[in-house]
Amino acid sequence: MGISRRAALKGMIIGGGVAAGMRPAKAAVLPTPPVDAVGLLYDATLCIGCKTCEVACNEANGLPADTANSPAALYHKPVDLSAKAKTVIKLYREGDEQSFFKAQCMHCVDPACASACMLGALQKREHGIVTYKADLCVGCRYCEVACPFNVPKFEFAKVAPKVVKCELCADRLAVGKEPACTTVCPRKAVIYGTRTDLLKEAHRRLAAEPKKYVPKVYGETDGGGTQVLYLSHVAFEKLGLPTLGEEPTPELARSIQHTVYKHFAAPAALYGVLGLAMWRNRRHPDESSR
Amino acid sequence: MQSRRDFVRLCTMAAAAIGLGPAAAERFLEAAERGKKPSVIWLQFQECTGCTESLLRTSHPAVDDLILDLISLDYHETLFAAAGHQAEAALKTAMRENAGKYVLVVEGAIPTKENGIYCMIGGRTALEIVNDVAAHAGAIIAIGSCASWGGVASADPNPTGASGVHEVLKGKTVVNIPGCPSNPYNFLGVVLQYATYGTLPALDDQGRPKFAYGQTVHEHCPRRAHFDAGRFAEKFGDEGHRNGYCLYKIGCKGPVTYANCSVQHFGEVDNAWPIGLGHPCYGCTEKGVAFTLALHDTVEIKRPMPPDTYAPIHAPQGGISPIATGVAGAVLGGLAGAGYVASKKLGGDEPRDKTPATTPARSEA
Amino acid sequence: MNHRAEPVGGPLITPFTRAVLAVFGLGVLLIGWRLVAGLGATTALNDGYPLGLWIAFDVVTGTALACGGYAIALLVYIFNKGTYHPLVRPALLTSALGYSLAGVGVLLDVGRWWLIWKVPLYFWHWNFNSALLEVALCIMSYVFVLWIELSPAFLEKAQQSRAPALRHFANAVLPPLTKALPWVIALGILLPTMHQSSLGTLMLLAGPRLHPLWNTPIVPLLFLLGCIPMGYAAVVFESALSAKAFNRPAETEMLSAIGGIIVSLQVVWVVVRLADLAWRGNLGYLFEPTGRAFMTFVEFMLMLMPAAMLASKARRRDLGQLFRAAIVMMFAGGVYRFDVYLVAFTPGAHWSYFPSVPEMGITIGLIALEILAYVAIVKMFPILSGHSRTIERQAA
Repeated sequence: MGISRRAALKGMIIGGGVAAGMRPAKAAVLPTPPVDAVGLLYDATLCIGCKTCEVACNEANGLPADTANSPAALYHKPVDLSAKAKTVIKLYREGDEQSFFKAQCMHCVDPACASACMLGALQKREHGIVTYKADLCVGCRYCEVACPFNVPKFEFAKVAPKVVKCELCADRLAVGKEPACTTVCPRKAVIYGTRTDLLKEAHRRLAAEPKKYVPKVYGETDGGGTQVLYLSHVAFEKLGLPTLGEEPTPELARSIQHTVYKHFAAPAALYGVLGLAMWRNRRHPDESSR
Repeated sequence: MQSRRDFVRLCTMAAAAIGLGPAAAERFLEAAERGKKPSVIWLQFQECTGCTESLLRTSHPAVDDLILDLISLDYHETLFAAAGHQAEAALKTAMRENAGKYVLVVEGAIPTKENGIYCMIGGRTALEIVNDVAAHAGAIIAIGSCASWGGVASADPNPTGASGVHEVLKGKTVVNIPGCPSNPYNFLGVVLQYATYGTLPALDDQGRPKFAYGQTVHEHCPRRAHFDAGRFAEKFGDEGHRNGYCLYKIGCKGPVTYANCSVQHFGEVDNAWPIGLGHPCYGCTEKGVAFTLALHDTVEIKRPMPPDTYAPIHAPQGGISPIATGVAGAVLGGLAGAGYVASKKLGGDEPRDKTPATTPARSEA
Repeated sequence: MNHRAEPVGGPLITPFTRAVLAVFGLGVLLIGWRLVAGLGATTALNDGYPLGLWIAFDVVTGTALACGGYAIALLVYIFNKGTYHPLVRPALLTSALGYSLAGVGVLLDVGRWWLIWKVPLYFWHWNFNSALLEVALCIMSYVFVLWIELSPAFLEKAQQSRAPALRHFANAVLPPLTKALPWVIALGILLPTMHQSSLGTLMLLAGPRLHPLWNTPIVPLLFLLGCIPMGYAAVVFESALSAKAFNRPAETEMLSAIGGIIVSLQVVWVVVRLADLAWRGNLGYLFEPTGRAFMTFVEFMLMLMPAAMLASKARRRDLGQLFRAAIVMMFAGGVYRFDVYLVAFTPGAHWSYFPSVPEMGITIGLIALEILAYVAIVKMFPILSGHSRTIERQAA
């Protein structure tokens, strides 16, 4: 006598239910940024599109120029973040509306890339900066799948490729300097500071000149909050920033994993059931069904 | 004879010319009044005298003020009234009286093949002369590309083995002031600094003063905005050329040439430099560029900067190769077909075998 | 019918294996090129589509097709249907080869493959939030388990070996191994349950960049519900082909029953998927005139086709029909997985990807290797049961 159909069905339903992502009590609380979290505040209304930040970033990071989109390799002309461009100035223009946009890693409070990374090559380290350690990276590119902002880029062109993204000039911060981009910006369109200070400043600007801005600081709660904040006079979606709720994007996949594998209880239990079933079946093989 | 006031004005102008302030002018004055004008010995070898000519066309300070009041030009074959034995005697005297302090200026390349017989002055080879004079020089300046690295004389196949001064005087500090001709103000800056302070300016890894050769022509070019905007002259005389657009496409070597011609023009005339006159820079200061690369071939931009166009918010990237799609389609189609054919062979009832087969069969796989 | 497993015997080099070897040879050259020149030069992968053919097919679909061992083990050892026992070893072989080659696929896909040993060994760096880590560790262990489950076949042959050392080794290992096997088999059921569902969870990390038609927390359930019939279909496919190729009687009765299981599971799958779409309010997307809506329809059609193909008893007993239905099922499961990994993924309309010819070449080369290995092992070791007509004719 083997497992009865009833038992099997019950097992499948339980298993299915467990796998069906019965989420734990929904975390209504936003993830907390580290106390000393630092970040950037980019005010699109101040940016003049001079691209000095692009140049300074490449120089500070020792990156070669991204000439892929420039015939005869005349210009450093990234069209998007790339393996040779950790920041990019993009232009949004539609009819009368125009705005520049500085793209780089958002240094999320709850980063999806760090949640994805198998060995923690990408991880939130000092000051909440998401940094990358190549010696823990196998180049699986799951981080690229995870990031809702399309930030991490991969050096496909190299034989020993790495993941490339802004790391907020962590090595410069370590010696008391500011990130390269904020140091060179002629209009202080992008500034560096602690997240708390930057949020304060952002709200101050919104309050002081409400007509000048879309009344929101992007990154305050989006995707669980980011350490790189944006102010703009055009809708954020038009600048390419995705509309995210307050829940961090890795939350669903993570909660499914944790629910199913909490203390490894479910797999152990399943193994016990299977072992038991097999042990019982060995004595009574059922050859009758045809 | 000039008045003291004129002389003061001259010193101020000289100081200003090299970017030094009133303090420098004072020092000049002092040195001049003590009668201690620095001695300059100027040697000329494989050269066209263009650098001297270029120097003659300066006005602040004017070259006569320079050689009469600010420095003591103790030997210069072109400017000397003397000739022959008299000139040689003057050289020996200057060397003896100012040993260890005189500034040696070399104009022109030095031939090295066959013991340097391709340039002989007064029975001595250039090689001998330069070694002799350099031995007791306080400072050595190589003016012009020829003296800096061989210049036009060293162009392929370089039959005389023309070399720059620093290649001949091993182990000595030589200030190179390349250019064809060099910008005279670069020379003046170095000489006046040495005359005033006894020091030489900061030099790059090729011995060139950084204040003049620290950046490329491209970096300070007045036509840079056109380059960044993608506005080029495609041919001489076309509309782009006449509009003064960037000359990169007709062979400008500005991106690989370190010089300050774009900010310091020649001949005291505004825009008197190649690009200003509508011809691409040919890299006259750079070894490996001038007299080597074809005049109208484009060069690689070593450190590209952003253009003045912008990336859109969403730029199309990636791509779908029609060949790959075709191959995939063919493969899938082939597999589907094979699967169908195989299934047909399997079709029909297979007799359940309890007896040996009656027909011989071979394993097919 | 004789149920003892025996080597098929026969020459290893035949026109067929020569042809397949040539394809594999081409694959090897392409693999060499990929290792020397890098991913950018050989694949069409880009930052918008960082996961491409090798993940969507070689790993995700390939392992699902290699779930034959898992599916048959469930049938024989958990549901105790001993009649299907002859299908166990060939299914295990297909699984072992399929999973091993999926591993090769992963090794070729990751950019820094020389560090892959750190994944199982650097346990103090393990990020337990990562579904990919769990999938990687599970698959690595499962490959190991599969070959252990299959090892009795190799050990049995070793018992007949002329080398006494090998005979002694086999005789010593086989009894305790056989005793421990149930626990290994249980592991071989636990592990695929874990990672086949997690392969679905993987793509949920894309969050808002996974299209609503596929973006549901029950995606792990759909992957699990899908991989089992895919495993059965692979067993039907392989069993029918082997029978024809090695000139043995086909196990049509068994395959017919399995066909029935496949159809039931597929219907359940379709119902669950549709119900989920309705419950989440995403049915509307199905009726938009978009490529994604079209692909979802294709999924449903392919999943339901075998039900139609095997509707009548007569058709269920036709081996050819069973074979075709199995192919459709494998294709249906594959399309769903491709959809989740490539079609549902929305990095932005400005990105596009289609595998390059070398990418496809390497995939085909690896499949060729699997075919070669299967044929060789089946001919040399006791995997297939029943007797060949050839052997019987010789015996007669």
